[in-house]
Amino acid sequence: MPEHTIEVDNLHLWRGDRHVLRGVSFTVVRGGCLEVCGANGAGKTTLLRALCGLVYPEQGRILWNGEDVRHDLPAFHAALAYLGHEPPLKADLTARENLHYWIGVRRHLERSELDAALARVGARSWCEQLARTLSAGQRRRVALAGLTLLAVPLWLLDEPTTNLDGEGRALVAELVREQLARGGIVVAAVHQGLPSSVPNVTRLDLAA
Amino acid sequence: MNRSDGNIAQPLAALAPADPEMRTAACHRASALEAIRLALLRDLQLALRKRGQLVQPLAFFAMVTLLFPLAISPELARLRELAPGVVWVGALLGSLLALEFLFRDDAHDGTLEQYALSGQSLTALMTAKTIAHWLLTGLPLALMAPLAAVSLGVRTGALPGILLAVAVGSVALSLIGSIGAALTLGIKRSGALLSLLTLPLSLPVLIFGARATQLAIHGASFVAPLELLGALAVLGGTLAPLAAAAAVRISLE
Amino acid sequence: MNWTWFHRLASPPHVYALAARLTRWFAWPAALCIAAGLWGGLVLAPPDYLQGDGFRILYVHAPSAWMSLMVYVTMAGAAAIGLIWRMKVAHAVAASCAPIGASFTVAALVTGALWGQPMWGTYWEWDPRLTSELVLLFLYLGYMGLRAGIEDPQRADRASAMLAVVGVVNVPIIHYSVTWWNSLHQAPSVMRLAKPAMPLGMLVPLLLMLLGFTLFFIALLLTRLRGEVLARERTASWIREVVRA
Repeated sequence: MPEHTIEVDNLHLWRGDRHVLRGVSFTVVRGGCLEVCGANGAGKTTLLRALCGLVYPEQGRILWNGEDVRHDLPAFHAALAYLGHEPPLKADLTARENLHYWIGVRRHLERSELDAALARVGARSWCEQLARTLSAGQRRRVALAGLTLLAVPLWLLDEPTTNLDGEGRALVAELVREQLARGGIVVAAVHQGLPSSVPNVTRLDLAA
Repeated sequence: MNRSDGNIAQPLAALAPADPEMRTAACHRASALEAIRLALLRDLQLALRKRGQLVQPLAFFAMVTLLFPLAISPELARLRELAPGVVWVGALLGSLLALEFLFRDDAHDGTLEQYALSGQSLTALMTAKTIAHWLLTGLPLALMAPLAAVSLGVRTGALPGILLAVAVGSVALSLIGSIGAALTLGIKRSGALLSLLTLPLSLPVLIFGARATQLAIHGASFVAPLELLGALAVLGGTLAPLAAAAAVRISLE
Repeated sequence: MNWTWFHRLASPPHVYALAARLTRWFAWPAALCIAAGLWGGLVLAPPDYLQGDGFRILYVHAPSAWMSLMVYVTMAGAAAIGLIWRMKVAHAVAASCAPIGASFTVAALVTGALWGQPMWGTYWEWDPRLTSELVLLFLYLGYMGLRAGIEDPQRADRASAMLAVVGVVNVPIIHYSVTWWNSLHQAPSVMRLAKPAMPLGMLVPLLLMLLGFTLFFIALLLTRLRGEVLARERTASWIREVVRA
C-alpha cells in the first residue's frame, strides 16, 4: 500500500533579519508522530506554518508522498488539517454552527457525524452555546472535534494541549493515537512534550 | 520511495485503505459552489448576530446627507443640483466604513487561515465574502439612496434610476474595497490607509455613478453610464477576488 | 535550464556593485541632455504665437508628467517580477521607484499649476490631465503608505507589490473615466507630439528633455537602489567588506 510520507529537506527560513529555521530536515511516514520541541521563539510555529504552505521557505523542499507540495498546493491542503495557537472559532456562532461552517466548507457533513464528534469531545451539553461564552479549554475541545471531522491523513498541531485539563490532555493523546493507528501522520509543536501514551513519537529539537 | 505495489491506480483506496473514515472524507469533498454557499451563509448569519454593525454605514450615509443642507443651503433647487454628488459621496464613504470589518475578525480568529488551507479556491471564498459584504452594505445603501435623494428635492420619477445606479456601482465598490481591505490586514490603525488605497481606485465608479444619477434626476437616459458601471462591476468581479485572495495569502505569511 | 547566471546577476552584492558602476553612465548623459534641452527650449526655440514665452514651462512639465507615469509602470513591472519570481532585488527596485515617481508627479502638478496661471487665469483648473496626475499622486502615496504601514519587511514588499499591480491595471481605467468626465479641455500635450503640429525647433529640445529625464531617473534609481540594498542587507557579511573598502 502507498505510504503517506512527509519529508522536509534542508528547510531555511528568515523572518526579516532573523534566520529562524536553519536547515531543518526530517521524514515522517504513515503512523508516525513528530514532536517539535524548542524554547519560545525557536521557530516551532514558523515550521508548522511553512509545512502547510502558509509561509514560503526561501530554501529547501517539502515533499508530500514524494511530490513537492508546491506543485499542487490545493491537493496538499485537502490532505491536511492545521490547528494554530487559537481554535479557529467565531465568537458569535455556537460550537455546533462553528463546526458546521468550518468543516462544511471542506467536506459534506452529516448531522449524525457532527453529533458524534461533539459527543466524543464531551461537548454535548454546551454545543449550543456561543463560542464567546465557552472557556479556552472548551474551545480547544471544539477544535479537536473539527480535527476528527476533517478526516485527513496529515495533522499539523500547534500546542494542542494548551488550556486543557488532565482529561482533555488524555483526549488529545487518544485522538492522536487513533490518527496514527489508521495510518495518519501527526506533526505537533509542543512546549512540554506530548503525553507519554502516544506511540511512535520522534522528537525534533529546534535551537533558539 | 517504495510505491511499487500497484495501488496507485486506485487513488481512493490508496488514500487510506485501512480507514473508512478518511475514505468517506475523500469521497465527500465539498464542491466549490458548496464552499461558496457556506462561506456566504456564515457571514450573513454572523452579521445578523451583530446587527449594530449593519446599521452603522446607513446611519453614516444619512448623516452625510444631513450635512449638506446644513453646510450649503436648505433651498431644494440648489440641493437638487448637488444631489448626485451627495448621494455618491455618502454611498462611497458608507461602503468604505464597512470595509474595515470585512476581513478583520476573520484574520483575528483564524478563519482566514482555515480558508487558505481548506483546499478550496481562496478566490471563490473571497468572492463569497464580497457578495456577503455587498448584500450587507451595498444593497442597504442602494435602498437608502432614494430616501436621501428625496430629502434633497429630487422628484420621485428619478428614484428607480438612482437605486439602480447605486446598486450596480456598490458591487464595484465592494470588489475594489475587498482588495484594499485584504492588503491592509495586519496593520493596526488601518482606517486612513484603507481610504487612501481604496478611494483613488473607486474614482471611476464615482464618476460614472454620479453621472448616471445626474441624468436620472434630469429625466434623461442614463443607460450609457449605467453600462459603464456594469462593465466596472464585471471587470472587478473577475479580477478583484483573485487580487484579494493573493493579498490574503500575503497577509498570512 | 541553468538559472545560476540569473541568480548571480540578481544577488545583492552583485546588484550593489553593478549599480555603483552604472550610475555615472546614466548621470552624465542625463546632465548633458537636460542642459542641451533647456538651452534649446528656453533660449533657441521661438516664442509660441499664442502663449508667448509661457509655453516654455512645457519643457519641464511634459517630461515630468511623462516620467510620473513611466516610473509607475516600471515600479509595477518590478513589483510583478518580485511577486511572481520572489526576487528580493525586484522589490528593492520597486521600493526605490516610488519616491522618485511621487517627486516627478509633484513636479508635474506644480509646473502644471504654474502654467495654468497664464493660460487659464487660475492656478488650478479641473482639467482631466491634471486631475489624473493628482490621482496618480494618491496612488504613489497609497503605495508608500502601505509599505510603511506593514512591519514585516517581506510582507511589506509583497503587499505593496500587489497594490502596484492592481494600481497599474486601474491607471488606464481612471484615466479613461476622468477624460470621459471632462472631455472639453485640450488634448494632452504628449499626445500632440505624435502629430507634427509642433515646429522642429520646439520639438527637438522637448525630446532631448524627455531623454534626459529618463536617464536622470535611471541614475537616481540606481543610487536609491544601492541605499535600499544596503538597508535590506545590513546584517550580511558582504556589507562589512564594502564599508571597509
